[in-house]
Amino acid sequence: MHAFNYHRPSNVNDAAAQAAKSADARVLAGGQSLVQAMKLRLAAPTDIIDLGMLKELAGIKLDAKGVTIGAMTRHAEVADSAEVKKAIPALAALAGMIGDRQVRNMGTLGGALANSDPAADYPAAVLGLAATITTTKGTHPADKFFKGLYETALKPGEIITSVSFPIPKRAAYMKFKNPASRFAIVGVFVADTGNGVRVAVTGAGPCALRLAEMEKALTAKFAPESVANLKVKADGLNSDLHASAEYRAHLITVMAKRAVAAALK
Amino acid sequence: MAVRVSMKVNGSAVSAEVEARTLLVTFIRELLRLTGTHVGCDTAQCGACTVHMNGKAVKSCSMLAMQAEGADVLTIEGLAKADGTLHPMQAAFKEHHGLQCGFCTPGVVMNAVDFARRHPNAGEQEVREALEGNLCRCTGYHNIVKSILAGSKAMAAGK
Amino acid sequence: MGAPLIGARVERKEDYRFLTGAGQYTDDVTLPRQTHAAFVRSPHGHAKIKSVNAAKAKAAPGVLAVYTGEDIAAAKLGGLPCGWLITDVNGQPMKEPPHPVLAQGKVRYVGDQVAVVIAETQDQAQDAAELVQVDYEVLPAVADGRLARAKGAPQLHEIAPDNTCYVWALGDKTAVDAAFAKAAHVTKLDFVNNRLIPNAIEPRAANGSYSRADDSYTLYVASQNPHVERLLMTAFVMGLPEHKVRVVAGDVGGGFGSKIYLYGEDVVVTWASKQLGRPVKWTAERSESYVSDAHGRDHHTVAELALDKDGKFLALRVKTTANVGAYLSTFASCIPTILYATLLAGQYTTPAIHCEVTAVFTNTAPVDAYRGAGRPEATYVVERLVETAAREMKMGPAEIRRKNFIRSFPYQTPVALLYDIGNYDATMDAAQKLADVAGYAARKQASAAKGKLRGMGYAAYIEACGIAPSAVAGSLGARAGLFEAGEVRVHPTGSVTVFTGSHSHGQGHETTFAQVVADRLGMPIENVDIVHGDTSKILFGMGTYGSRSIAVGGTAIVKALDKIIAKGKKIAAHLLEAAEGDIEYANGVFKVSGTDKQKLFGEVAFAAYVPHNYPHDKLEPGLNENAFYDPSNFTFPAGTYVCEVEIDPETGVTKVDRWTAVDDFGKIINPMIVEGQVHGGLAQGIGQALTEGAKYDSTGQLVTGSFMDYCIPRADDLPSFQVDTRETPCTHNPLGVKGCGEAGAIGAPAALINAITDALGVKDIPMPATPQTVWRALQQKKAA
Repeated sequence: MHAFNYHRPSNVNDAAAQAAKSADARVLAGGQSLVQAMKLRLAAPTDIIDLGMLKELAGIKLDAKGVTIGAMTRHAEVADSAEVKKAIPALAALAGMIGDRQVRNMGTLGGALANSDPAADYPAAVLGLAATITTTKGTHPADKFFKGLYETALKPGEIITSVSFPIPKRAAYMKFKNPASRFAIVGVFVADTGNGVRVAVTGAGPCALRLAEMEKALTAKFAPESVANLKVKADGLNSDLHASAEYRAHLITVMAKRAVAAALK
Repeated sequence: MAVRVSMKVNGSAVSAEVEARTLLVTFIRELLRLTGTHVGCDTAQCGACTVHMNGKAVKSCSMLAMQAEGADVLTIEGLAKADGTLHPMQAAFKEHHGLQCGFCTPGVVMNAVDFARRHPNAGEQEVREALEGNLCRCTGYHNIVKSILAGSKAMAAGK
Repeated sequence: MGAPLIGARVERKEDYRFLTGAGQYTDDVTLPRQTHAAFVRSPHGHAKIKSVNAAKAKAAPGVLAVYTGEDIAAAKLGGLPCGWLITDVNGQPMKEPPHPVLAQGKVRYVGDQVAVVIAETQDQAQDAAELVQVDYEVLPAVADGRLARAKGAPQLHEIAPDNTCYVWALGDKTAVDAAFAKAAHVTKLDFVNNRLIPNAIEPRAANGSYSRADDSYTLYVASQNPHVERLLMTAFVMGLPEHKVRVVAGDVGGGFGSKIYLYGEDVVVTWASKQLGRPVKWTAERSESYVSDAHGRDHHTVAELALDKDGKFLALRVKTTANVGAYLSTFASCIPTILYATLLAGQYTTPAIHCEVTAVFTNTAPVDAYRGAGRPEATYVVERLVETAAREMKMGPAEIRRKNFIRSFPYQTPVALLYDIGNYDATMDAAQKLADVAGYAARKQASAAKGKLRGMGYAAYIEACGIAPSAVAGSLGARAGLFEAGEVRVHPTGSVTVFTGSHSHGQGHETTFAQVVADRLGMPIENVDIVHGDTSKILFGMGTYGSRSIAVGGTAIVKALDKIIAKGKKIAAHLLEAAEGDIEYANGVFKVSGTDKQKLFGEVAFAAYVPHNYPHDKLEPGLNENAFYDPSNFTFPAGTYVCEVEIDPETGVTKVDRWTAVDDFGKIINPMIVEGQVHGGLAQGIGQALTEGAKYDSTGQLVTGSFMDYCIPRADDLPSFQVDTRETPCTHNPLGVKGCGEAGAIGAPAALINAITDALGVKDIPMPATPQTVWRALQQKKAA
């Protein structure tokens, strides 16, 4: 790991100001991706701004509109939260599938979204549930947040503070794991919002994406057979050692079908 | 950049000036000379470095020492009783041959203790899933699973 | 004395230390004035080194030295030797290209060491390693063994035209050709035995130190055989006398073959410690392990089995290209030859076998022994062919095997081995029963009802362990002996320390060997400690690999124990004023036959060390004996594995649903430990078949360079295993033991691929049968 300057701001605005000062500064949330990248010398920030002590950024709130989760809330806390399990069980289940137990005890919602790994799980839920991302500079609707490979709508110095998830009528997440890394080769989040169906996919493209055709079919009829025969085009999907674009395209359909079935249970 | 980090490790307060880039595992192994916590990979997967931070299993190779500021850290060296009596999970591993070369063992045991506390009645499949963050190349996990099931029972029985 | 210790499930003596974090692995050793090394490695598969500029690195904070291949050449350090000479089909010696400890002039694989940076801290060494500027002229590379001999393929070594190390053959080609000519049926398969990366969880590590006071070196190293490491390093590389070098391999976190070898890093840190006058430590990062540990397997094989109309095997013809990587690792040459072709008879009476092996150099990490080493590859050939033949001839998998089992022992195979004993029906019968083969049809139906495909596969493997009779090995090209040494030191008050040349890196020798000693001497196991892994303590040793420890190392200890008891009898006879011939020893007591006159073991030991009343005219004082044991034959563990898989045809995911292993390891000392060895071997064999495969691209880049892409099995990839044993004691060692460390890895891949092909209804599928591979096979089948 390269050397860096370490900062521990006492509030999120100071953190944002500090982050804005240097082009090569990075905000440290749980560190489960960033510290790895730094260890492998794939990332070499000049400055690390550690949000770990900012209690204001952690926590789960439930109200009539939905569930609001602080950016520094650990995956394990979301997975184990009685409120989340009750309001959006699919979200709790998804959080429980990220990484492994130890990683879930450190990794955070805000960190995962800011990093926007193409194979991360949370983006599927954020997009599938049409969540709203609140930052130090304002809010971002999920549909405008994920821009590309490790690219989001966040501006330099902009820090995620919380994410609000509307409560769907029903939803489910199905993940097909990369056998080695256990990241998603394909993860499909299906949500029947009560006002149409959203289908969001992670792992398959440069960032999380929605599948309009499936959404249409499921809005017409929320049943596995509505998507079982919908073939997804392989063009533009990720392709690697573990899964070609064709295989991924096939898995999207299978996972979508299974997610719908699970949501109906 | 040098920074000061302070925490409690195995019940004792420790404080040291370190480079900011010092990982928690390096702090534990090199500065405190507690070498029971191991490093087996550089991608946060093998779990040999697992310790407890404020009662939760975390991978000490995947965090800066500074991220444990003020925390209560427990390593494998702090698990047995002061008189040397093994923790019930350690004893279960011994009884059920849950280890061979011993290198992944501290991390597996630390994760298992945390898991068993939260899921005292877990079955085999749940235990296998709970081990997602630990790699063992010796045992084929068969006896690790057996050990954790037995250790959980013993912990629940307050042994 | 309580119940006998041999055969008892004794809890391990070493566990307390490991469970409390008190193990001392190489990286745990930090010496006064410790320095740290980082290696600069080639990012290219094949390149000329035009220049190395270390000026910036040398000026970086904390840096003490940077050494390159030129420094190594100037110091006249030799290259890494290969310990086994293979003679080719024309009677010529194999090609042995120089293998410098730091690359000179050229790099030949990604990970090849180009320079080393030594600094005060690990971070400083790594920071500075990035500053070493190497100017490469990148050359075309060849990574796939099948392409290495192609016309126009890039050439790795001047002395090895066509990248060929050797073409070697075993067996009677004429007889095989004749048998094929009259065969009623021929089954043919063409497959790759996939390259594997060992991945012991403890990465390799070495810490060298030099003492000017007595001009001696100490090397702490994660090694499976410290004496061999010392011998190779001193005699062949550094030109040092052995008594000036101590090699310590304390606790070692798994080896699986990868820590048998002498590696360049070990030499460099040892040599550099003298240059700097300070200890130099290097511990591999996992990503370094991936590119620089010796890999395993990597065969391409075309194999044919000739059968008569009743399914009796007539002949076997095998042609293999073995990719040995960029250089010859320590035992690389004998793995795809001596440890492979000789096992092709399997458990069967196949009368004629011919095997030709071409070993080729490629721009990949060196390949050497990995758990099983040659024997998994042989088993895969035989057991895939046998099961495929059964399917083609509409015979049952057990039926065809039983029809061909060897039943009369000793049995001379047509590929050089003499099986002393076995009972293959016994393991087959037991496996079928334990696997509930009778209930399979109902389970298959239940799977089908869920939309899943169920398949069952067998493998009836054999292995040659207890390596090896030195004279036989020598006649086959071994450049070392393969005996083992043991020493039994009885202390004055009767407790015992045993020193063994075997090395435990997970196998539990501290317990198993103590059981043997305590059982033989009739004393509590607490009175016995086993010491291994330090050349300054142990008289000699060949180390642990090839499932040899109990059969060879254990026997050496038994021989030393025999000497202890013999001397004890002489002392007792003197003390009891009886004839030596009248003294018998049992349960810790020397007794005059037919009387109640006796001396306890401890009393005899005490007399040996406090020899006031002692037969000084006939005996030396003290009670300390050693023995070297050279086996008269290999041992032949064998067994039957039955596995059942359930495949999700929509995703291609294979679930290993049931696994039954019945092995014959001869006598078993500690069943608990043996079961653990089987479990671990099975996991690695299942890994080979299902999840693991090293992949290089055409430029020689390792695509599977971390746990993120190379999948070793996790707990939720594996089932609980049903394991059992049957016992035909080995006929030529006193314990009747055969060895158990590799069996699982040897038998599992064939059984699993047999099950998957059964479930899918296809003839073959490549390993690893990942979900994508299985899905594609189903797509192809649908399209066909």
